Formats: sequence, structure tokens, C-alpha cells
Amino acid sequence: MMGFTEDQIHRYARHLVLREIGGVGQRKLLDARVLIVGAGGLGCPAALYLAAAGAGRISIADHDAVAVENLQRQILYGSADVGRPKAETAAAALRRNNPDVIVEPLAVRVTAAGARALVKGRSLVVEGTDDPETKFAVNDACVAEGVPFVIGGVVRWSGQLMAVLPGKTACYRCVFENPPVTPAETCEAAGVLGPAAGAVGTLMAVEACKILLGKGEPLAGRMRVIDFLAGTSRDIAWKRRPGCPACGAAK
Amino acid sequence: MKVRVLFFASVADAAGTRSLDAELGNRATVADLRRKLEKDRPRLAGRLGKCAAAVNTVVVSPARALADGDEVAFLPPVSGGAE
Ligand SMILES: [Zn+2]
Repeated sequence: MMGFTEDQIHRYARHLVLREIGGVGQRKLLDARVLIVGAGGLGCPAALYLAAAGAGRISIADHDAVAVENLQRQILYGSADVGRPKAETAAAALRRNNPDVIVEPLAVRVTAAGARALVKGRSLVVEGTDDPETKFAVNDACVAEGVPFVIGGVVRWSGQLMAVLPGKTACYRCVFENPPVTPAETCEAAGVLGPAAGAVGTLMAVEACKILLGKGEPLAGRMRVIDFLAGTSRDIAWKRRPGCPACGAAK
Repeated sequence: MKVRVLFFASVADAAGTRSLDAELGNRATVADLRRKLEKDRPRLAGRLGKCAAAVNTVVVSPARALADGDEVAFLPPVSGGAE
């Protein structure tokens, strides 16, 4: 069946029976080249679900080491991993889940200078860092290279996520013009509910699958804003901003 | 005119509420509303300018004129995840 191994037919059986995936869709997932920026509270669940789903090549970028304070929500790591580099430790956890996936750890901080080379040629990028500069760098690089991406954030009991289809839908910079002068509120200072990060990271993986498969209505051109404490969510639509420095002049 | 204001994430905490009604003069813009809110609630000072503002769930520019009954949402960029 479409060149799948016996193992793959069993491993992805629940995908293969889904009308929106089937053999054609699973092949798309297996052929995908995904970059995950940030192996933290959002990147861990997003990466684990994408690896389990058989997203064929996953690069995971993080320059940090595992700290004990991370374990409350960064579920690729255990107590024994404290002090180890996140990218490599995350990669090992992904391979353990699914040896079918080629995982590349990247121990780098993604900055404006290096982002474009990193996103070039990817099928999709998932941005889940808590670094506003990285968020804008990934946005600008993906828009320039025409790579779709999913971007999200979570703090306290609030989360937000959206997808960007470059040239088609509004980008992150269409909504938030620039990184805030004072750093955005971080989880370190403000706290975060572990499962709230898990929920947002998992929703990001859902959007990533939809885009890779070309199925459904991606959460693009709108941002989903979730208040887990109130138990509410809302979609805010955004149009491309004509003067947007990232995508305003996009071809 | 009267508009409904919604705050999200950290600005909800700074405002001390998730929503309120604001009374504005005719022809007021989103920027006017922002100034009024930051004056009325000093803990919001300097915060709303960093937010995206959405009128009736569509992101708009600060110069956007408001109408009676509009719902205006202030949405800060939320990071978080990695650290
Ligand atoms: Zn843009």
C-alpha cells in the first residue's frame, strides 16, 4: 500500500482509516520537513504529537538546558534530564516514540540573522518560544521564504495561537507591529498552568497537520484566544495590513 | 456612545476585569478609547499601545472610528512556552 512498511501500516492505522488522511495524507506527513522552534511548554507537546503522527523529518531548535522548573509542563523531559541540552534530549524522546521519524536537534537560539537559512525548504514551522524577538524573526523568515507556520503563546491561564499562510493570510507582524520594548510577560515571572501549555501546543500540532495535509480550514487570518480560567475562547480575525514591513510587499 | 471593552491575558489582570462598558464622545477612535482607559485605570498605562485592538472581532488600526455598541478587544502578544 503506497510503499508503506508493515510497521507503518499498523503504526498509522488510525490515520489511514481517516477520510481526510488515508494513504495519500500519511505519505504527505511522512514526506514533511518540519522545524520546531523552542522545545518548551508548547514545543514539547507539539513535537511529540507531530513525531507520533509520522511527520517524517523534524528539526527541533532550542539553545537551553533542561531546568527543574521546566518539568511541570515540558513533558518530553524527566527529572534525570535536568541540566541536559533540551534540543538533544527532546530529539531522543521523539525518536523513542517513533523511530520512523528522522529527528535533528539544533542547539541554537533562532535570531533574525539565522532564521531565514533555518526555515528555508521546510514544509512547515512551529514557533513556540517565549522570546518575542524569535517570534518576529520566525515570522519574517517564513514570510520571506513562503513557508507556512503556526505560532502560539501561553501565560498564566491564557493562550493564543494562529497559523500564517505567507502571501495569503495576515502575518504576526500584521497584528503586533514590533516586539514590545519591555519584554512581554514571561511564564517565569507570571506563572503558567502546565496543561494550558499542553493544550495550546497540542492545538498547534492539530493546525500543523491540517496545513501539511491541505485539509480543513486552517486557523489562519484569525487568532484563537483562549481563557482557560473562564473557560472561554474567541477568534479574532485579522486582515493583512497594507504597510506591514514583513508581508505588505510580499509577492 | 457606549462601547463594550474586552481585555485578554495580562491586560485583563492589569485592568482588574475582563470586560467593562466605556462611555465615549461621538467620533471617538480606538486611540481615544485607549487613552481614556489608560487614564481611568493607571495600571493599564503603557500597556494598551502594545496590544492589538479588535473591533467586533476584526483587528483594526488605532485610527479606526468607533460606533455605539461596538465591542473592542485588547489583545497583548502572549509569548511563553520555552523558558
Ligand atoms: Zn504582515
